[in-house]
Amino acid sequence: MADSTETQTERAPLPLGPNPRFITENFEVPGIDQIDVYRAHGGYEALAKALKSFQPDDLVEEVKKSGLRGRGGAGFATGLKWSFLPKESPKPRYLCVNGDESEPGTFKDRMIMEVSPHLLVEGVIIASYATKVHHAFIYVRGELLKAGLQVERAVREAAEAGFIGKNILGSGFDLAITVHHGAGAYICGEESALLESLEGKRGYPRLKPPFPAVVGLYSGPTVINNVETLAALPAIARYGADVYAAYGTEKSKGTRVYCLSGHVNRPGNYEAPLGLPMRTLIEDLGGGMRDGRAVKAIIPGGSSSPMLGADKLDLPLDYEAVAAAGSMLGSAGVIVVDDQTCIVGATLRMSEFYRDESCGKCTPCREGTFWLVQLVERLEAGEGRESDIDLLLDICDNMFGKCFCPLGDAATSCIVSSIKLFRDEYIHHVREHACLVGPGATRAHATAEAHAR
Amino acid sequence: MVSEALKAQMRETVARYPLARSAMLPCLHLAQDEIGYLSDEAIVAVAEAIGVKSDEVESVVTFYSMFHQEPKGRHVIKVCASVSCYLMGCDAVIDRLERRLGVRRGETTPDGRFTLEAVECLAACGMAPALQVNGEFVEQVSPERAERLVTFLEEGGDMAQVRNDWRQFSDGAGMATETEIGATTKASDNGVSNTKKVR
Repeated sequence: MADSTETQTERAPLPLGPNPRFITENFEVPGIDQIDVYRAHGGYEALAKALKSFQPDDLVEEVKKSGLRGRGGAGFATGLKWSFLPKESPKPRYLCVNGDESEPGTFKDRMIMEVSPHLLVEGVIIASYATKVHHAFIYVRGELLKAGLQVERAVREAAEAGFIGKNILGSGFDLAITVHHGAGAYICGEESALLESLEGKRGYPRLKPPFPAVVGLYSGPTVINNVETLAALPAIARYGADVYAAYGTEKSKGTRVYCLSGHVNRPGNYEAPLGLPMRTLIEDLGGGMRDGRAVKAIIPGGSSSPMLGADKLDLPLDYEAVAAAGSMLGSAGVIVVDDQTCIVGATLRMSEFYRDESCGKCTPCREGTFWLVQLVERLEAGEGRESDIDLLLDICDNMFGKCFCPLGDAATSCIVSSIKLFRDEYIHHVREHACLVGPGATRAHATAEAHAR
Repeated sequence: MVSEALKAQMRETVARYPLARSAMLPCLHLAQDEIGYLSDEAIVAVAEAIGVKSDEVESVVTFYSMFHQEPKGRHVIKVCASVSCYLMGCDAVIDRLERRLGVRRGETTPDGRFTLEAVECLAACGMAPALQVNGEFVEQVSPERAERLVTFLEEGGDMAQVRNDWRQFSDGAGMATETEIGATTKASDNGVSNTKKVR
């Protein structure tokens, strides 16, 4: 293993210590949302450096070198995504920022936009320069009123300071930024639905190809990046791609903001290098399980990612390792479920989300999400049949890979994974007409709840 | 009544976009914020501002959950009912609010003061259970705190006060003062509670 030893020595010492905070470094500074405080802490210096030291194409290469991957869910390489934009196009090109955070279990983008909106704005300007975009749109989820207002104000302040507008810092680069508020639709987090929404239509996903990089907003070449992805750019410009890439794993570079929620003592957002062991996140950072209970299941990347059993606690949280374990890192919304939770009840709640948020464009998703809820509801109420369990899997099979966009696939994750891990618990509901654990195990709460709907 | 000022604001908004139709959602937000709901008249005004038929505007209105064509209560309480809040007991919060207000989720009190809604994930999972009152977050709510919040609002309390002293309603057990753990710090609430609303 000479190679790995060599890598070890090469990588040590880490340039910024073991736990750099590329994104949340100054989040505790009071007033960091104000431009003067942000600048006093080095804000917009990365932009100045990027404009001065890099040609746009070199900046794309630098981001490629950093290994930065999309933080929205799919984990696509950011620099590579940018390089898909056609060199020449008769139509203007655009950058759209996906701030439509609504994946259950995910709350990092809201924090970034509320606490340090200038970090996002600086990232947007850097990305626009790299991709030669002159008009960027920041699509903020409508429900996140404060986040939207914070970003709007940051854009105004940045424009007044000369970081947005004509000939930014004498570079000859022009940029306009428009902040756009959504109006309540999970599907608009899907990139092509976001474009439709931005064009003033119902948020239906578009057929791909053509991909947005070629035919996007107003049919122009369009880059769509997540808030956290863009918020990582100032650090990459400031410290250099090599420093950023010194953290994380071989294929999952840098840090992530892990959103820890559920039955832990200290839920919250934690920035740490990719590859952070799940156990460290839950036990050290999250303070362990509440009331000394045991872990029953972990949903590692928002409710769209398949749940994992407690045997996966030592899994490193990076794209590859989580995928190899049969799930996905997704939005890094880590939801921890304790042993006193009825898994059928939790699955029902997640399934209801997809039913309510299915846009209705394609039949497998519109119908499938509805019937999944009908069946899980019946099982949870103790009125199901054993054949319902396989029927659920059959419906999932008819949905997975057959829906118009990933929402339909996502709806199957919690069902398939929970049956795989906890089939006995489903059977218990059928045979005993009650939950295996939780309040529903001793009284017919589930039935009462179902009837109350 | 759609005021001239509102129409002017819509025209101004349309001018910010390369394509007029992109101003659809912003114009609808403006109208709903001013009138309280999207009346037929408001929909016509939006259609005129962006140059489409009013049917097209209505088709957009019915797609997005934040738009509504009927008036709502003065205080719209939206309780997150998605999985992280569910695990932390949001159903008990919703049940208590239903009893306290005497309405079911989705309904408005007869006096028009409160509308209660159960909504999808509000991106507050780290501070679950969470709710919003007219877009303002109140996090880590228990049934008791939710009830206190209603009483406070009934007595004419201002949400700005909740924002400045949110522990009154949410037991923020150390959330905002979390100390460093190793080199990684929790940053879920920092700077949030002391920032002023800018609109």
